[in-house]
Amino acid sequence: MTTAAEQSRTHGYDDLPRLMGMMTGDEKHGPAATSTLDVLWVLYDRVLRVTPERRADPARDRFLLSKGHGPMAYYAVLAAKGFVPVDWLPGFGSYDSPLGHHPDRVLVPGAEIGSGSLGHGLPIAVGTALGLRAQGRPDPAVWVLIGDAELDEGSNHEAIAFAGPAGLDRLHTVVIDNSSASHALPGGIAARFEAAGWSAVTVDGRDHEALYAAFTAPHPGRPHAVVARVEPKNA
Amino acid sequence: MDTMRDRLAPVVSRLLDEDPRVAVVLAEIGRDGFREAERRHPDRVINVGIREQLLVGAAAGLALTGLRPVVHTFASFLVERPFEQVKLDFGHQDTGAVLVSAAASFDWPAGGFTHMAPGDVALLDTLDGWTVHVPGHPDEAETLLRQAVAAGDDKVYVRLSVQSNGQRRAVDGQHFLPVREGRSGVVVAVGPMLDAVLAATADLDVTVLYATTVRPFDAAGLRRATRAAGTDVVLVEPYLAGTSTAAASEALADVPHRVLGLGVGRRELRRYGTIEEHTAAHGLDARGLQERISRFLDAGRTEPGQG
Repeated sequence: MTTAAEQSRTHGYDDLPRLMGMMTGDEKHGPAATSTLDVLWVLYDRVLRVTPERRADPARDRFLLSKGHGPMAYYAVLAAKGFVPVDWLPGFGSYDSPLGHHPDRVLVPGAEIGSGSLGHGLPIAVGTALGLRAQGRPDPAVWVLIGDAELDEGSNHEAIAFAGPAGLDRLHTVVIDNSSASHALPGGIAARFEAAGWSAVTVDGRDHEALYAAFTAPHPGRPHAVVARVEPKNA
Repeated sequence: MDTMRDRLAPVVSRLLDEDPRVAVVLAEIGRDGFREAERRHPDRVINVGIREQLLVGAAAGLALTGLRPVVHTFASFLVERPFEQVKLDFGHQDTGAVLVSAAASFDWPAGGFTHMAPGDVALLDTLDGWTVHVPGHPDEAETLLRQAVAAGDDKVYVRLSVQSNGQRRAVDGQHFLPVREGRSGVVVAVGPMLDAVLAATADLDVTVLYATTVRPFDAAGLRRATRAAGTDVVLVEPYLAGTSTAAASEALADVPHRVLGLGVGRRELRRYGTIEEHTAAHGLDARGLQERISRFLDAGRTEPGQG
């Protein structure tokens, strides 16, 4: 049962497995069960300047989840941070639930985009960064999370190739690399971004301090990519 | 006479000056007309290069920050190539934009089939909530472009063509305009098809409705016209034949009716040449229309069983 106290209390990183378990019925979720968990936590806990109260504030930071499948970690973090009521979690995927197996921005408070079809988030993030710049808002950061196999989609490469030369320095991409692309060269992801004029760094996607340092590294004049390496999907 | 597309950059450049919400997104095509606007508004006139998925996705991102993007390229690269972006980045994201296409069904016949998009309106018909304007004159294009930009966050498609009618009509961005009154049939002429339809029906006792906004379909206007002219309906559209047949049938669902959908054929002609040659090949010149409209109306007058 979820009580009013549960709703109002602050949740921490250690609560995330339990919150995810409310969606899957499995209480033993370790971080390894989901590739995005640590990246999402560090972003929402320490980097993104957005809160439930500020979710319509034009000056907020934007986080766009482009890799929309397996969104349990995302919902758990949104619940932990108070965007989504904890008592929504058990309904995950049901007809009356706002929480689907791919998120819908119209239904999920705090979700900046709906996703599910791969390769849409980064182009939308480029437009978001352009829109903020055009309105004289240099402050808000735009973040988009994609997967390494999602980079197969050509739309990403249209966005990557444009954003570097355009100098979109408020744009940030996190690539969760769980070696799930069938055709990829090791080290190729960061090189791809660098070749297009981005700042890029590859870090351990489970190391919170390394992630934080990568997320907050200065990158004047250039968009920034963080490749977060986690356990191979098929290992 | 100048073309509808000649009006695009001047009109939208003025709107850029007047309204800080307006932004223009291009993929190289059409950039020349916006050079001056690009100098004045470098952050709101955006050329993404030859990248049509990004063209649409970035426009959606702009809209999510509160801007009103005007997105322009040829119809085949605006609607067909990035169709899933059009479907999801505007529809599913619950945002909007003004998509302005050029080249239409066969504005550049010598360019061949790669630059023809007769299926654009039919494709948009698979989606919810799009307004579709098909002006038939450069002045009408100006009016409808302004309305499209002013339409809040609506999803609006404006289909520009080098084909146009000799005179402008008073279009309002909503209703079909009765141009001629008759008693035995209704012919709906869409956008640039009006002059050919008027010539084709000069000797026929039909009502001619002029349609420059086809979605939403003016069902009430069509029904009103059928009261005096009967429920034999011919649609003459400058894109894929039959695109609006379902909409017309739905408008007349509770009364016996017949509908003939004329327009561009599905079959790829594999011909170059001129617009006039393609118009005739699809039976959309005055003579081709006159024959097919007459045959359809005559068949409706045949007694049952004599057919």
